[in-house]
Amino acid sequence: MMPDLGKYAVPVLGSYGATLAILAVLIGVSVWRHARVKRALTEAEARRARAENGGK
Amino acid sequence: MSIWEYANPKKFSETAARILPVVAPLSALTLLVGLIWGFFFTPDDYKQGATVKIIYLHVPSAMMAINAWGMMLVTSLVWLIRRHHVSALAARAAAPIGLAFTLIALVTGALWGQPMWGTWWAWDPRLTSFLILALFYLGYIALWQAVENPDTAADLTSVLCIVGSVFALLSRYAVNFWNQGLHQGASLSLDKEENVSDVFWLPLLVCIAGFILLFVSLVLLRTVTEIRLRRLAVIEARERVE
Repeated sequence: MMPDLGKYAVPVLGSYGATLAILAVLIGVSVWRHARVKRALTEAEARRARAENGGK
Repeated sequence: MSIWEYANPKKFSETAARILPVVAPLSALTLLVGLIWGFFFTPDDYKQGATVKIIYLHVPSAMMAINAWGMMLVTSLVWLIRRHHVSALAARAAAPIGLAFTLIALVTGALWGQPMWGTWWAWDPRLTSFLILALFYLGYIALWQAVENPDTAADLTSVLCIVGSVFALLSRYAVNFWNQGLHQGASLSLDKEENVSDVFWLPLLVCIAGFILLFVSLVLLRTVTEIRLRRLAVIEARERVE
């Protein structure tokens, strides 16, 4: 199944490895930051709503 | 309905929430199909051997590195002319994605260049303009971080984006008018005679579609994050005052 890359195995596999690593970091950081900010905003809005209702 | 409706942060976030569940899985599927097709089911090139498989990463990432800057230019101009905050935030959100694509293009280009040209790097017009584009991305991201007032940061980064567009254009067209480097001409052209063979071209088109969809998904996700961050900053500022 694996194609025979011959003497070019290092540059080809290196390219795929480096690309997948950069994309994984980019996607991972974007999703993690999105979730973290969403949680922080939900908490802040809940605090704000409690303060507006006189702490109830 | 006008496109300017999406300048409303609430409307933009609602639309992004509807589009993302479709675009994100589609980008993953398209990339998976394109890369598997290109890596496992295409032959070696008669000149370049197996290194031709790098084309499925190098060309789409280089294309999107330039297009991302183009998108940032448009949204920066919208900010400067119409002062819509969402457009400035979309430009900010796109910069790290463009930087990642530029890094992929530079790394895969070096790995491809070594066996084909006998060197990892040359001060070739296209390579050099791409390196400068990467530095512009870094400068753009650093400028957003460095300026505390968000509107001033958006103004300054918009101007930087306009200046950097010269290098984005140069990295796209350098091979056409500066014919003295190692880098070959454009791999994709409307002129059929200049195009790569169909056996490489079709999986390459699928990979390009995958990279475009990935870019759209990440820009939507990151812009919504920036909108929420702005809202969070407003709430926290109010809490400090009260």
